[in-house]
Amino acid sequence: MVLKGRVWKFGDGVSTDDIIPGRFFHLRSNLPELAKHTLEDLRPQFVPEVKSGDFVVGGENFGQGSSREHAAQVLKSKGVNAVLAKSFARIFFRNAINVGLAAIICDTDEIDEGDELEINLEKGIITNLSKKRDLTFTPLPRVMACILSDGGLVAHIKKQGEFKLD
Amino acid sequence: MGKTIAEKIISEHAGKEVSAGEFVVANVDLAYIHDGTGPLAVRQMKEMGLEKVYDTEKALVFLDHASPCPRQELANAHQMLREFASRTGATLYDVGRGICHQIVVESFASPGDLIVGADSHTTTAGGLGAFATGMGSTDVAVAMALGRTWLRVPETIRIQASGRFPPGVYSKDLILHIIGQIKAKGAVYKALEFTGEAVADMPLPERLTMANMAIEAGAKAGLFPTDDETRRFLEEMGRGEDFRPIASDDDARFQKTLKIDVSSLAPTLSVPHFVDNVKTIDEIGEVKVDQVFIGTCTNGRLKDFHIAKEMLEGRQVSPGTRLIIIPASQRIYLEGARDGTWEALATAGGLVNSPGCGPCVGVHQGVLADGDVCVSTQNRNFKGRMGNPNAFIYLASPAVAAATAIKGKIADPREFF
Ligand code: SF4
Repeated sequence: MVLKGRVWKFGDGVSTDDIIPGRFFHLRSNLPELAKHTLEDLRPQFVPEVKSGDFVVGGENFGQGSSREHAAQVLKSKGVNAVLAKSFARIFFRNAINVGLAAIICDTDEIDEGDELEINLEKGIITNLSKKRDLTFTPLPRVMACILSDGGLVAHIKKQGEFKLD
Repeated sequence: MGKTIAEKIISEHAGKEVSAGEFVVANVDLAYIHDGTGPLAVRQMKEMGLEKVYDTEKALVFLDHASPCPRQELANAHQMLREFASRTGATLYDVGRGICHQIVVESFASPGDLIVGADSHTTTAGGLGAFATGMGSTDVAVAMALGRTWLRVPETIRIQASGRFPPGVYSKDLILHIIGQIKAKGAVYKALEFTGEAVADMPLPERLTMANMAIEAGAKAGLFPTDDETRRFLEEMGRGEDFRPIASDDDARFQKTLKIDVSSLAPTLSVPHFVDNVKTIDEIGEVKVDQVFIGTCTNGRLKDFHIAKEMLEGRQVSPGTRLIIIPASQRIYLEGARDGTWEALATAGGLVNSPGCGPCVGVHQGVLADGDVCVSTQNRNFKGRMGNPNAFIYLASPAVAAATAIKGKIADPREFF
């Protein structure tokens, strides 16, 4: 799969409270409403300006904090297809894959706000079209690649009826 | 080659011998959801066509984050979870029973168990020697229905804590100190294991505080070996038969070992807006405080309130500071009612609320105003955590919190001992 889009760049330690603050707890059963507040405290212009296919790029420990899967879901529902970071908090990492949002570990220092990227998930190559430079990343562990290629955990279980991870 | 606690527990549940780095599908002993993550889990189960829970006594539903319910949308979420429980037979803990992690520790978790919860602080039960880890709603939905989950067996970082705690210094100070050292990502994908003489002496509730916050270093689990104190606690909970010895083998392989002498620790706080932004009390200048909150799955146990009671008895909460007290479970609420803890704290000017998460995640019962400064015994101080991105949260022990309530500014508890 090849993904193409524009970068929204964030720093280290973006938490699930940053992605979707706890004060919108009451909207958790209403995803379209909840998603209107995605990343609102960090970047108020994210929701009005994000385009389908854009990438969210962070630094270390992206998605730290609460286990709320809604954090991965709101990003996905805003059309974000992949999150790139130097490292991910593990619950967010699982949640992203489970909702069909690619989570890519790479050196994001090379990527800036507004860059256009083309990402080849199978080959593990990110082409920075703005900087005319290629970056490589380690593919997902096999278990997670199986889930992502089925379209997330719900689709995986629907299709397989069970964990089929090798 | 010996095994760590994490490797032992996961091996038993995967039905084969595994070690760090391997991926397995493992049986779970317990799977739970709450009113924040549960509605999504229930919708996902439905979407997957999974209608039953694998074991009605091992699939638990808690209404704790918005308890009692502050608004319509959440009341409807509660209703949906009650219906789910009655339809599937999953065990329901309705409003007022307390925080999921505390009830799991009181009534369910046993040494050697493998537990998944749709909440990051599921790690709490590691204080009892259970491998307990947080996951998202869909992962837990699958675990509730199939009784299985997939896991990567984590490497273990061992923390060896020697010495004795000085008066006024507790396990909360130690875990904040550790997180300040290894930072928020210091243990991502790893298990933390706590050993050493300071741990062997440690009362079980204080172990739970540390296991609870293991996730703040990114850890998948925070594990304690079991001992007589674990047995004593299980007996107190009326389930002494659930005890079993569990510890890492002498020749187990740890990724690294960190040594800390607790006798040199001072009261320690985490300052806004990151948990790993850690300072000792001596490094913090004059900070006026609007609200103090003692409670949560981190420090909402009887022992925590007893510390506050001892310090506040015969004194008053400083005018201009609000003190909110919330026990973590109904059991603790009843014990505190019997032994006069709530009366003492309310007499001193505290506000005692019903069991649950309270204002920890900004839902209700103490949401902060713009510019407010709060000292809380909870586990997270991210911007916006307590319902307002323009407020400031400091994390601390119940002793620091009580001293602060008395002085109206961040204060050193050591002068009270
Ligand atoms: S007390 Fe706070 S940290 Fe603990 S489960 Fe409730 S909201 Fe989460």
